[in-house]
This record gives sequence, structure tokens and C-alpha cells, in this order.
Amino acid sequence: MPRTKTVSTVNLCARVEELSGENVFACYQCGMCSAGCPLTEEMDRLPSQVIRGLQLDDPTLLDSNAMWVCASCLACEVRCPKGVDLAKLMEALRQIMLRNALDNVSIDELTRDQIRELPQIALVANLRKKTG
Amino acid sequence: MNGIPYFPGCSLKDTASEFENSAFFVMEKLGLPLIELERWNCCGTVYSLTADDLMHHIASVRNFIRTREMGADELVALCSMCYNTLARVARRVDSDGEARDKINAFMDREIDYDGGIKVRHLLDVLRDRIGWERIADAATRPLDGLNVACYYGCTLVRPKDVSVDDSENPTVMADAFDAVGASVVEFPFATECCGTYQVVDRPDLSLERSYRVLRSAARAGADVVATACPLCQHNLERALDKLGEHDGIENLAIAYFTEPLAAALGMESDKLPEGLRSVLESRVTVEGDA
Repeated sequence: MPRTKTVSTVNLCARVEELSGENVFACYQCGMCSAGCPLTEEMDRLPSQVIRGLQLDDPTLLDSNAMWVCASCLACEVRCPKGVDLAKLMEALRQIMLRNALDNVSIDELTRDQIRELPQIALVANLRKKTG
Repeated sequence: MNGIPYFPGCSLKDTASEFENSAFFVMEKLGLPLIELERWNCCGTVYSLTADDLMHHIASVRNFIRTREMGADELVALCSMCYNTLARVARRVDSDGEARDKINAFMDREIDYDGGIKVRHLLDVLRDRIGWERIADAATRPLDGLNVACYYGCTLVRPKDVSVDDSENPTVMADAFDAVGASVVEFPFATECCGTYQVVDRPDLSLERSYRVLRSAARAGADVVATACPLCQHNLERALDKLGEHDGIENLAIAYFTEPLAAALGMESDKLPEGLRSVLESRVTVEGDA
């Protein structure tokens, strides 16, 4: 079921701007963020397309996997010529889902062996980013 | 205080104990021992990026209060994720009085935090406090012949306002290895993401990223990939373990940057991890080995 059915997408851009403190409309779509992003091939939308979607208040944006693939590596942040912190926009999108109790990861789905092999730094960071 | 307050974080007491041990050794040798912060707690692991999320900054602020209680005004981290989280929280509460007041009001059993703690990474302590010349002088077993790829990853160098060096072309780790006689190889993946915490639910993605880092380092002629982050270390080791037979990455050793430095400063080889030890034995030309 598309998640947008359970989360309001009204005023999505304004909510993301408030949560992130960023100005979405500073972006002029040069694509530098998408060019430098190490994880675009795993995303169903490019990072620059996520910002464009925000500018247009695209209600399908919350169905995209881009915000969950983004690892906050900040390659985009240091290179944006307009000073837009895209990682903060991605975090705001994640937070909109998480604050609606829509976790992206469930620790119950990890096996005991997986948990044993993973260092705590990975588990805690992942659950901080992908669960509410 | 004869030393510098040190924040360990979770990994340094567990999966990354060799990072801590080698850093203790290096700093003892250099005359500025690491003094563990009393009653430290988790840094928060990742810096919260939403403007209203002050709750997750509390963990870092508590550590700043512990630092103040030691009578200190600086705190050094080894783990680059801890460094990043602590440094970003320090900047946030220093520059945003309203946020600081809210956090102080919430922590009613703590003394108020008044700001001003300087968060450092061990690499900038080595550069700015010790200096490369002193490190070179202390290198009793120089790493001549060892080719090191310095892997910075993300959190040491981004965002710019907490970066230990230039965000796009950092040299601080390379300068440390240069000081102890190693050859530093340039490789284009030095500041690329290893896949980080995605290893939990997207292990494929993390493996692919880490493999590309290793392959890039191997093609540049590295013997050792030096890291500063327990999560980078885990992901790179996992890639070596799972894909080690591909493309000549099998001969790489992956080590915390403090481990080869400790070797250069005289740490006994039986205290070094096996992979690094065998690379050192095969590559480094030693005069009068102990």
C-alpha cells in the first residue's frame, strides 16, 4: 500500500522547510548533488529530483525510497553551489514518516546472527535514522 | 592536566578496542596521554538533522558537562562518528542560545552547560598540538616501504564547519604517515561513503560501496587502508572478507590509522592485528628489528 495513503502530504514542502530549516527554492536544479551522490543507482529518484518534487509539492514524494537510501554522507552538502543542505531535506522527509509511526526498519526482522555480527555503532545509527 | 580528555564511545570499548589501545600507545609515546572522560555516555551516534530535534543532542551535552567537571575545555574523540556528532552538537548549542537554554532546562539534575567546549579529533591533536616533526622524531621504527591509502570517509571531513581538514582534499592523515616514513598513495575514493549504517538493512549496498573503496585503494598500490571510524573499519573488513578474492584486494590490510603509527613508534608487533603485522613484515625494511 502506498504510504502516502496514511500520511498527509498537504503542504509537504512547507513542512520539510520547517523541519530542515532549509530553503528548498534556493535550488536551481544544477544537479551537482545527484552527480556526486554515491548511492543514486539504488534510488528510484535522483536527489535533485527529490528537491524538484518538493518545489512542486509532489504528493508521491513520500513513496520514494530515496530518503531511506540516503546515508547522510553529506557529499551533496559540501558541493551544493546554493548552500542547500539536501541531507537535512532527506532527514525531514524521513522524520515525517517516522513521526507518523512508519518505521522503515524493524529490529524484529533481523536474525540473532545478524545482530551478533553487527557492531553496535551500525545498529544504533541505523535505528536512529530509520525508526522513530 | 597532564594529558587530554578523551571520549571513547561504544565501539572503542568493544569492537574497536585495538583503535583505543594503539591510540593510548601513540599518545603516551608523544607525551600527551589520553585521559578517559569520567562517567561518559553515548554521543548520540548520529547528529540529528531536523531543527526541532533537541532531545537527541542531550547525550552529547552531558559529555560536555562531564568535561567541564574535569576542569577541561576540550575533548578529543578517536571514532570519527563520535567526533562528528559531538562537534556538531557543540557548534549548535554554542551558536543557538535558545536551544541551549531548552536543553539545560530539560536536564534538571545537571549543572547548566555554558558552551565553549572544543571538540577535537585525534588527527587534529597530532597536527596542531604535537606537530609532524615531533612525531617524526619519535618514530623509532619508520614505515619505509609501506604504501598507505588514507581513507577518511564522511564524518571526519563533512560538513565543512566541523571538518578536520579540507573537505575535498584532506591531507592530515597522509601527513601523519609521511612523518613516520610511509609512502602515501593517492586514491579517488578517500572521502567516499563506505555504506555506513546501511549495512544493517541494506548489506548489499554497503558491501558494494566498501568494495569499491578497497578496489580503488588496491589499484593505487596500497598495502594498508587506514581508517578512523569503527563503522568504516567494519564495512571494509566485511568487504575484504566476502569479496577478498576479487581484483587483487586480498593482499590489503585494513587498520585504524593509529595502528601503523603505533608500530612506527615502537609498539611490539605481537600487539598488532595479524593482517597489518604480516604486511609490515613483508613490506617494511627494518634496521635492527627488535
